[in-house]
Amino acid sequence: MRLSSLLFLLRSLSLWDLLRGLRLTARRLFSRKITLRYPDEKTPKSPRFRGLHALRRYSNGEERCIGCKLCEAVCPALAITIESEERDDGSRRTTRYDIDLFKCVYCGFCEEACPTDAVVETDILEFHFERRGDHIMTKEDLLAIGDQYEEHIAEHRKADAGFR
Amino acid sequence: MLEWATDLSVWLRVGEILLGAVLILVPLLATVAYYTYAERKVVGFMQMRLGPSRVGPRGLFQPIADVLKLLTKEVVYPSQASGALFRLAPLAALVPALGAWAVMPFDDGLWLADIDAGLLYVLALTSLGAYGIIIAGWASNSKYALLGAMRQAAQVVSYEIAMGFALVGVLMLSGSLNLAAIVQAQSGGILDWFFLPLLPLLLVYLVSGVAETNRLPFDVVEGESELVAGFHVEYSGAAFAVFFLAEYSAMILISALTAILFFGGWLSPFEGTELARHVPVLDSGIHWWLLKTAFFMFCFLWFRATFPRYRYDQIMRLGWKVFIPVTLIWIFVLGAARYAEIAG
Repeated sequence: MRLSSLLFLLRSLSLWDLLRGLRLTARRLFSRKITLRYPDEKTPKSPRFRGLHALRRYSNGEERCIGCKLCEAVCPALAITIESEERDDGSRRTTRYDIDLFKCVYCGFCEEACPTDAVVETDILEFHFERRGDHIMTKEDLLAIGDQYEEHIAEHRKADAGFR
Repeated sequence: MLEWATDLSVWLRVGEILLGAVLILVPLLATVAYYTYAERKVVGFMQMRLGPSRVGPRGLFQPIADVLKLLTKEVVYPSQASGALFRLAPLAALVPALGAWAVMPFDDGLWLADIDAGLLYVLALTSLGAYGIIIAGWASNSKYALLGAMRQAAQVVSYEIAMGFALVGVLMLSGSLNLAAIVQAQSGGILDWFFLPLLPLLLVYLVSGVAETNRLPFDVVEGESELVAGFHVEYSGAAFAVFFLAEYSAMILISALTAILFFGGWLSPFEGTELARHVPVLDSGIHWWLLKTAFFMFCFLWFRATFPRYRYDQIMRLGWKVFIPVTLIWIFVLGAARYAEIAG
């Protein structure tokens, strides 16, 4: 019998490798736990986070969207549907702006394409729908989100402005 | 003919036995409940997770929530299952696992039944537990359950032999099958416990014990990645809970037996020293048995968190080609040593 095989026999009979494994798990027993208790604790989010969409307004209350349909064109999932008409003052504005959140892949291309920073993706990620059809966000829904979180959105756009 | 029925002392004795059974089983079942909690916590900690933490402070009420959930769920009986056997199987698994506790010596003089062939009784009952699993697998009329049951039968047969041989070593040193007598044969301090002269047999016994209770790394019987859940796929609600109970009380039983057969049961490691005479806690008592049992219960969880599952043919190889030869050789060595009056 060669020495190496004798050593192997000794090693397996003394359970050396198994004991090393046990030592590892015993050490982990006392190590720091990395679990995050989700609803109570949350990880920080980047200002670039792409979550629920919103339509923004200028500070004078005028909506930013001019109905150019660039977002509709760039959307890879065909989630955006836009119809627009001339308003009484001669400017073009949307009459319909729907985002289907089931189709949306949250790629952020609409946000990138928008010449007026009208459509944005906020960092809201905890949203849900309770009735069939709720997943289609209408213009009113999107503007309402924009109105509610305008300060927050503006802050994040500003933080990210230097990198765009 | 029925004179005994009017004899008050007979009924007093029956009541005494029933009270003893309750006094053993209630703490045992409570331990099982919190053993599942300990398992989830220990395995979680070893994987750097927190384990259950939502129900009650630090998740301490989790077992209660689990029990309530299992008991209120519907027990589904598959229409093609063998009805009577399907209902019998959980009990056939549970009763032996609980019955074996009757002969357990907790402390000097503290046991329900003092049977001279106590060890034989325990071995017989733990083997009977396999029938519950085999019946469950057969009666479920499901291929996964059947495969699990077949594996269980083969595994238990293989490891029963090694386990029996490992215990022959204990018998040779103690000269008795009575569990209390085996403990008393180990008195005299930590160096007189059987684990030292029987070290290889202790390892074989421990590993066989893990295999007998179908725990990781020998859980091919359940093997969720291969057989969904093995023999109990078709069981739900309370019937599943009974299988769970059987498995965990069998684990506690193996831990308790290891403490008694190899580590001196209720005996203190400081027995007979000056220290033990002055500090009563360090003297022999039931707390030492509890401590040792708890340690081996922890080992079950530790093994589970550490070792990956054995392949089926590796299990068979380990049982037949490693454990049985090792035990046979050690029994021979032990016999020779006893003949030469070196040990025991």
